[in-house]
Amino acid sequence: MSVATQDNAASVGRVGRTFVYLTLLLFALFYLLPFFIMVVNSVKPLSEITGGNMMALPQEWTIAPWLSAWSTAQIGVEPTGLRPYFWNSIRMVVPAVVICTIIGALNGYVLTKWRFRGDTIIFGLMLFSCFIPFQIVLIPMARILGILEIAGTTTGLVLVHVVYGIGFATLYFRNYYAAFPTELVRAAQIDGAGFFQIFYRILLPSSGPITVVCVIWLFTNIWNDFLFGASFASGDAAPMTVALNNLVSSSTGVKEYNVHFAGAILAALPTLLVYIVAGRFFVRGLMAGSVKG
Amino acid sequence: MRMFKLTGAAVALMSTTAMVHADGVEVLHWWTSGGEAAALNVLKSDLEGQGVGWTDMPVAGGGGSDAMTVLRARVTAGDPPTAVQMLGFAIQDWAAEGALADLNALAAEQGWDDVVPAALQNFSKHDGSWVSAPVNVHSTNWVWANTAIMEELGLAQPTSWDEFVAAMQAAQDAGYVALAHGGQAWQEATVFDSIAMGVGGPDFYQAAFVDLDPEALGGADMVEAFKRMETLRGFVDDNFSGRDWNLASAMVVNGEALFQIMGDWAKGEFVNAGQTAGKEFQCFRVPGSEGTVTFNSDQFAMFNVTDKDAMGAQVTMASSVMSPEFQVAFNTVKGSVPARTDISDAEFDACGKLGMAQLAEAAASGGLFGSMAHGHANPPAVQNAMYDVITAHFNGEYDAETAASEMVTAVELAQ
Amino acid sequence: MTRDSSVDMRTRMQEFLPKLVLAPSFALVLLFVYGFIAFTIYLSFTDSRMLPSYGLEGWENYSKLFRIREWETAVTNLAIFASLYIVICTLIGLLLAIFLDQKIRGEGVLRPIFLYPMALSFIVTGTAWKWFLDPGIGIENTMHLWGWESFEFGWIKDRDMAIYTIVIAAVWQTSGFVMAMFLAGLRGIDNEILKAAQMDGASNFQLYRRIIIPLLRPAFLSAFVILSHLAIKSYDLVIALTGGGPGNATAVPATFMYSYTFTRNQMGIGAASAVIMLMTIAAIMVPYLYAELREKK
Repeated sequence: MSVATQDNAASVGRVGRTFVYLTLLLFALFYLLPFFIMVVNSVKPLSEITGGNMMALPQEWTIAPWLSAWSTAQIGVEPTGLRPYFWNSIRMVVPAVVICTIIGALNGYVLTKWRFRGDTIIFGLMLFSCFIPFQIVLIPMARILGILEIAGTTTGLVLVHVVYGIGFATLYFRNYYAAFPTELVRAAQIDGAGFFQIFYRILLPSSGPITVVCVIWLFTNIWNDFLFGASFASGDAAPMTVALNNLVSSSTGVKEYNVHFAGAILAALPTLLVYIVAGRFFVRGLMAGSVKG
Repeated sequence: MRMFKLTGAAVALMSTTAMVHADGVEVLHWWTSGGEAAALNVLKSDLEGQGVGWTDMPVAGGGGSDAMTVLRARVTAGDPPTAVQMLGFAIQDWAAEGALADLNALAAEQGWDDVVPAALQNFSKHDGSWVSAPVNVHSTNWVWANTAIMEELGLAQPTSWDEFVAAMQAAQDAGYVALAHGGQAWQEATVFDSIAMGVGGPDFYQAAFVDLDPEALGGADMVEAFKRMETLRGFVDDNFSGRDWNLASAMVVNGEALFQIMGDWAKGEFVNAGQTAGKEFQCFRVPGSEGTVTFNSDQFAMFNVTDKDAMGAQVTMASSVMSPEFQVAFNTVKGSVPARTDISDAEFDACGKLGMAQLAEAAASGGLFGSMAHGHANPPAVQNAMYDVITAHFNGEYDAETAASEMVTAVELAQ
Repeated sequence: MTRDSSVDMRTRMQEFLPKLVLAPSFALVLLFVYGFIAFTIYLSFTDSRMLPSYGLEGWENYSKLFRIREWETAVTNLAIFASLYIVICTLIGLLLAIFLDQKIRGEGVLRPIFLYPMALSFIVTGTAWKWFLDPGIGIENTMHLWGWESFEFGWIKDRDMAIYTIVIAAVWQTSGFVMAMFLAGLRGIDNEILKAAQMDGASNFQLYRRIIIPLLRPAFLSAFVILSHLAIKSYDLVIALTGGGPGNATAVPATFMYSYTFTRNQMGIGAASAVIMLMTIAAIMVPYLYAELREKK
């Protein structure tokens, strides 16, 4: 932990600290509120929701909505719950995140430590690619996946997510490696270390924190994507969000809000887990003092 | 057509991919709520009994619009599903692309021409060929009413616009919400649909919403229809905006509100709450629109497959969809009425029986119209342009005269 | 001799390798981003409706686009939404990061609480927000039940205010992530610089204003890029929260584009709106990126 912040802490008075804590707590409440609404309504019978106060605690507690969302809710023609789709999402998200992070790290490494003429333009082009609206991608992408004969498969979906994840992965690693002392790289070069050796031995060991950030970002975006999942892998290969959408947005049927909220929390559990678990490593990485601005 | 290149390639690719599903049918649909899926399961087990496998491909959301987006991606990728749940103009659009299969042989064998109302055939047939099998007919010009409130206030079922307004006034004076309504564009259009039919009758409806005649679109009847919407706006609670239709239905179910104007799927909400048609709740046509039925119809459009087994499976599915057993089993659950008029109404409740009788009657008298609000009167571009005006007017952006003239402009831009 | 040439080979390899590593990503981006953008530009000049078609019809789609009222609303809304969202998120993110950096007890609990909204999909959190903001069943109703009768919060039902409720929900979702980026930046600042400044007698406020915040520049760049990207792509959020309503009051270009391309079968107009949007983004981002990237050289 930095010395400076300790000094700051000492010099901020009692009133100041109370104010700091109060502000942080207020924001914590603000962030928790929608989650509270979701949790509270997921353990109520439906009649209490449509007839009553959505902020109130349940008069009658029930876990039936959770069981229903996981294993018996109607997703398609069979009442399968969200369970089978969970693995589809895992099969999609893990390879996509791994591939994309590796590509991003290598790109960031090249763009900061092996600079060449026009590298900034290439980076700029990659960065701007983050802004392409996904709605316009759908039709041409479908055509290309069709030509490659991977339409409607998890492989196709992984390709799509990798392509549109590269921009951000590169951005994260480039900004991080830019702050990494280039002298170390040059020294290793003089010692005869090659391109991959330098990356593997020198940059990679200290890339923990940024890898966490990049993985969190990619994992969340890919896990929560609906448009690509529905268009390129519906049916048996459908990811969790497509199933969740089928659960919550049926048009002319009865809406079981309690099951919807339970399903939403279930669908979000992996991402929540990534945030909580990886968040801790994030701090540890920082504590190790490997980041310098 | 200029699209031939793409479609041709898509069709060529279909033949290779259809092999994968040769042993059955792959069905794209958006019936994912409990009741709907249960109804669809009847079809699935029926097919499996005949040795036809079912690959399920549900995509819910946006009243089927998400499923249509997915369909486009699938066709562009050269891998269309065998059968797709579709509404109205979408069937005609896909048929025009040459993407749909020909069901004429089966239709002739089973005599579909005689049992399906002509207004429905307009959507199921393209250039004289059957391309899809209709599952149901939803009619959209219903009023759902809470019996207890009506009895408390001594109200009879209104038979004219004035009586309807008087009934709502009485409910409002007594502290009830007179009209339960959800402020979403399609719900406002659903109400407007029935009101316009009530003001101008079938001829006006045809001229304005089907023929898109600018004189009807900007004419006096249209202005009057918008004025009636303003009247209705006065009977809606302050909180209507963005409300889902089923929450509006719940207001009638719970005795907070007197009426709701909504299609027959609303019945499911009442039945689920343990209420019975004709007892705790009542249904009647929107006053002024009696004798006419505005409808939308879910159909299964069959896409081109070249593999023999797949074609066989497809025909088996179309035949099952049109079977009286499935039509009864599905529609009693869904709230709609069968797409063929030769089916016994014994299994249906009071509102279902009424709906079936009125459908047959309207079909015979020429009062059966595809609903504008549900994409059965004009193409989606025009339909949504009308939504824009109707919803903007209902939310106070235009007065009635401006709305009518905006209607003309919006429709012109959408064509 | 042999040694020389092998060294030469190696050097050349080393020069070649980085470009080789970068090449696949660059090729993918060229095809899947710039190729598709070119395709969209082409489509915007055609009469495409349900599927792409190749009949050119000039500027027709653009002239129609600018006569559609909803487009005007959508563009205005995006301007309001994006500027408020980016500014507020950055401010809250920076504030929380600075506060959390004061050796706070319970940081380990607070951090995930600030961060978790980013983990949730708006398909359903949208419903929770919609309920919360709804005067009939949400916060207003709850306040009334608790005895604060005059409390009023009906923005989501108000045509002029509804867009601000979208800002609130969007800020809720991403400000924690921005906080994390600034926190990482703060923790990465060299202590020596700060110590030196403190010896010179700089106050806390001055320390942050003069030294720390300028040092956070890379974090600001990342935050700006991420936030503007999210603002422009906001689609789920709007659909879940207001569905574009009341009326069309909260339509944004992303919902407009989807609606015209896929729901209304007017793919040409949808493509034209996408092109205008991309041009606007380019007009804002290119100078910014240019300035940022050039200075770093």
